[in-house]
Amino acid sequence: MKSVGKNIPRLDGYDKVTGKVKYVDDIDIPDCWRGEVVRSDIPYGRIKKINFDKAFDWDKVMTCTYKDIPGKNATIFLSDDQPILAENLVKHVGEAIVLIAAPSASKALEAKKHITIEYDTLDSVLSIEDSRKRKNVIFGKDNIQAKYKIEKGDVKKGFAEADFIVEGEYRTGFHEHAYIETQGMAAIPRPDGGLTVTGSLQCPYYVLKTLKSALLLDETKINVVQAPMGGAFGGKEDYPSLLGMYVALLSIKSGKPVKIIYSRDEDIVVTTKRHPSIVTHKTGVKKDGTITAMEIDVAFEGGAYSTLSPVVLSRGVIHSAGAYKCENTFCTANCYATNNVPTGAFRGFGAPQVFYALEMHIDKVAERIGMSPHEFRLKNCVEVGDRLSTTQLLKESVGAKECLEKVLSAADFGKKWRNNLDTCAFKHLRTKKGIGLSLYMHGGAFTGSGEGMKSEAGLRLNKDGTISVLTGCTDMGQGSHTVLPQIAAESLGVPAALVNTAVPDTAVVPDSGPTVASRTTMIIGSILVRCAEKMKKKLPDLKKRDVKELLKTYYSEHGELKIIERYILPPEIKWDQEKHCGDAYPVYSWAADVAEVSVDAETFEVSVDKLTVAVDVGRAVNPVLVEGQMEGGTLQALGWALMEDCIYKNGKPVNNRFQTYIIPTAKDAPEWKTIIVEKPFSYGPFGAKGIGELPLDGGAPAIANAIYNATGLRITSLPITPEKLYSLYEEKNKIK
Amino acid sequence: MEFLSPKNLNEALKFKSEHPDFTVLAGGTDACTLINSGILKSKGLINIYGIKEIAEIKENGDFLEIGALATLTQIIENRLVSKFLPVLAMACKTIGARQIQNRGTIGGNVMNASPAGDALPVFLAYETKMELLSAKGSRLVLFEKFYAGYRKTAAEADELAAKFIIKKCDDKERFAFMKVGTRRAQSISKVCACFRQSSSYKIAYGSVAPTPIRCYVTEKFLNGCKTDAFAADEAVRLVRQEVSPMDDIRSTANYRRHVAGVLLKRFLESV
Repeated sequence: MKSVGKNIPRLDGYDKVTGKVKYVDDIDIPDCWRGEVVRSDIPYGRIKKINFDKAFDWDKVMTCTYKDIPGKNATIFLSDDQPILAENLVKHVGEAIVLIAAPSASKALEAKKHITIEYDTLDSVLSIEDSRKRKNVIFGKDNIQAKYKIEKGDVKKGFAEADFIVEGEYRTGFHEHAYIETQGMAAIPRPDGGLTVTGSLQCPYYVLKTLKSALLLDETKINVVQAPMGGAFGGKEDYPSLLGMYVALLSIKSGKPVKIIYSRDEDIVVTTKRHPSIVTHKTGVKKDGTITAMEIDVAFEGGAYSTLSPVVLSRGVIHSAGAYKCENTFCTANCYATNNVPTGAFRGFGAPQVFYALEMHIDKVAERIGMSPHEFRLKNCVEVGDRLSTTQLLKESVGAKECLEKVLSAADFGKKWRNNLDTCAFKHLRTKKGIGLSLYMHGGAFTGSGEGMKSEAGLRLNKDGTISVLTGCTDMGQGSHTVLPQIAAESLGVPAALVNTAVPDTAVVPDSGPTVASRTTMIIGSILVRCAEKMKKKLPDLKKRDVKELLKTYYSEHGELKIIERYILPPEIKWDQEKHCGDAYPVYSWAADVAEVSVDAETFEVSVDKLTVAVDVGRAVNPVLVEGQMEGGTLQALGWALMEDCIYKNGKPVNNRFQTYIIPTAKDAPEWKTIIVEKPFSYGPFGAKGIGELPLDGGAPAIANAIYNATGLRITSLPITPEKLYSLYEEKNKIK
Repeated sequence: MEFLSPKNLNEALKFKSEHPDFTVLAGGTDACTLINSGILKSKGLINIYGIKEIAEIKENGDFLEIGALATLTQIIENRLVSKFLPVLAMACKTIGARQIQNRGTIGGNVMNASPAGDALPVFLAYETKMELLSAKGSRLVLFEKFYAGYRKTAAEADELAAKFIIKKCDDKERFAFMKVGTRRAQSISKVCACFRQSSSYKIAYGSVAPTPIRCYVTEKFLNGCKTDAFAADEAVRLVRQEVSPMDDIRSTANYRRHVAGVLLKRFLESV
């Protein structure tokens, strides 16, 4: 192999490290107006009146309300319950009501001060508990945005066979994406009377869908272009559809280009977060370590609108029983509406919450029967031929056990774990060492037969003899626009340097489906392999001469060559969405983490010293980028585990700045070791599977288990702060 | 908003007397974030950053004089400070990031009057005198009398901080700056403390009360007894009574009280 498996430097790397790259805020648009948004400052209420101060000169600015939307006033996702602009009801703090554009940012801000909103406040629901007991019904009949049940075997029988039954409840809170580039979009009128909408966004075709439906325009009149992105992590999956509409509405009404760039405070208040969760486990286990039954309930907080919550919950509940052999599982899941900000996509998409719960609980179960956490996992870890909780038969590409074995031996887990356990009670030690383990997986691509939606991607031969990958999927920093050319170059048999990726512009690239679900490498990559095979047949033999010259000549003789292909779902996938039963994902990526921590025995400050991660990605197309994904995602998990905490008061985040919303710095990062395991997937490009989200799933429980190993304190709600550790320590020592 | 940029100290004092309600920028690392987030609503700004007359660090007999506009980096790198008051440099090193240290000034840290200001316990423990200047003249105040309450100072509206006068520490004394923050770098204190043992004990904390505080009761106890393990336990108990922390966005009162004791215990174990 000449391209696949090679550490080719990121194609966007040079421009990014030299500061040449133009993010949407850097793009200089002549005569561009700046937009501002007037928002609800209450969590729930009816809009009585919008007052435009008569003393202000409104002729100098442009304002829009929902009345300016010609089509449907909704973002188009699973259910279209989220309005673009509030009509008479506001359901969360930060909900947009009036849009303003002005020739300068200061003028727009000034205008904003002259708009006041009068409300009749309604009784708001601000937690999972209040929503569950229907303190007030704010969504449908019962506040439930989505619900699922997954059944395998007979849990009653399983619990009857058990020697012990172990129960536990685990909680996580809102989690902020904290991308370095805040959300920003611009709308620019085109000379042909159409409109270009550009900005920091993951899914150009999602934005286009909402624009078309709300503006009643077709794709000849609107195109959406992804600008280079400074991070997204799922936070720019659904939200840009709203922001895109704000700039488009203002631009159409004013006839000017309009840009909106969020400040950090605004971004943290109004954009989506990871779903808070309450997960309960009841596990039946025999003395020999056999798991006889798992009963799991997953509750997520969906916030004010359902956005992507039904699929986040689905992924959550499917992953909730993890990578363990168990004949009898019963999983239930509900997503509850509240009057907090809508929760949405965030790297991991429901899986980090359920793995935090499961992997802490598994340690507790192992402890109950006197087995070590690693022996217990090795005994119960799934292999080829086993079935997951959805009854999915694992046919190939199951690296769970190999990841576990490799990570355990690389970190010398067994010996350290035992040693720490022995020293845990020593009173004279100022620093306690701990080591913790997690085993986890992440389903690649869409749930069930979701990838049957016929995503398209293509290859285009350019005049200069280069070849461009055409895809609507975007590079948000994960490196896909380096990896996809590597796959295309390998399949075509040309040097990787000849292949690039076209700028994702809906006027140029086909709809490849959204950039989500760890699907780009696996799904788009496999379409490109087929495009390359077709293209190769049309081109002369590429092995013989100077390839670039050859391609140039071909172009001058034949003109542009463009091959577009559709994704073909592996034929044997069977999925019953109603019962959530069958092949939940085409394939899974597997991983195991070992975290090593030092805990100050008196101040309870936790330092993560080392993280060893083994990961089965099928095939590492670009191994350094795989390592980058694992380190970055696990560091994000470290922040979520130890310090990141969105504190809400009456529906509003109190800590909406990086001064108070604490994310890890380089100094908080541990020493890393990533071990790559390759168990190829026969339908993936060169065997590759997804990697983007996986690393966020396993870090938090590994760290939590390490803290338990060090201190004997098991904190069952994130983040695990020194304050919580000290409280629990105090409590335990008082009882004694 | 009006923005005034005086060229020298006299002009700065004149502007301040003409516009006592204007916010002073002495680097702006605190003020700018407060203005941006809408917490500080200011009619105007007087930018005194870079005025050389009050930015010097010099020796004056038994004393060290630190100009209010000395940057944190200047203090961290200054030879006199590292010789005669190294604990101040230790505290300054924990404030923000390198960029903040390059821009932020010691006078700004003091005048911002946050109870979590990391340099403040050092000034308290070293019984610092502070010179305040106005167009009318100058006066000296004791640092321990400077904070009147939460974010309240003894400075008049027309006064600027000019310098801090601190007795050089002696060769035999033991000292420590300790901080427990929200993460391992660029963090704001949950608890910070400066401890000294020379002829007597001096104990000062930040972030455990509405203002930085000296713990006189604990000091008196330690000064009046032979320090052994029992005395240390008693001192820890006393100091936990003497602090009056609260729950806020960074931590809890319960944890802060506990950690205040832990830090003192660690100092006593080390001397």
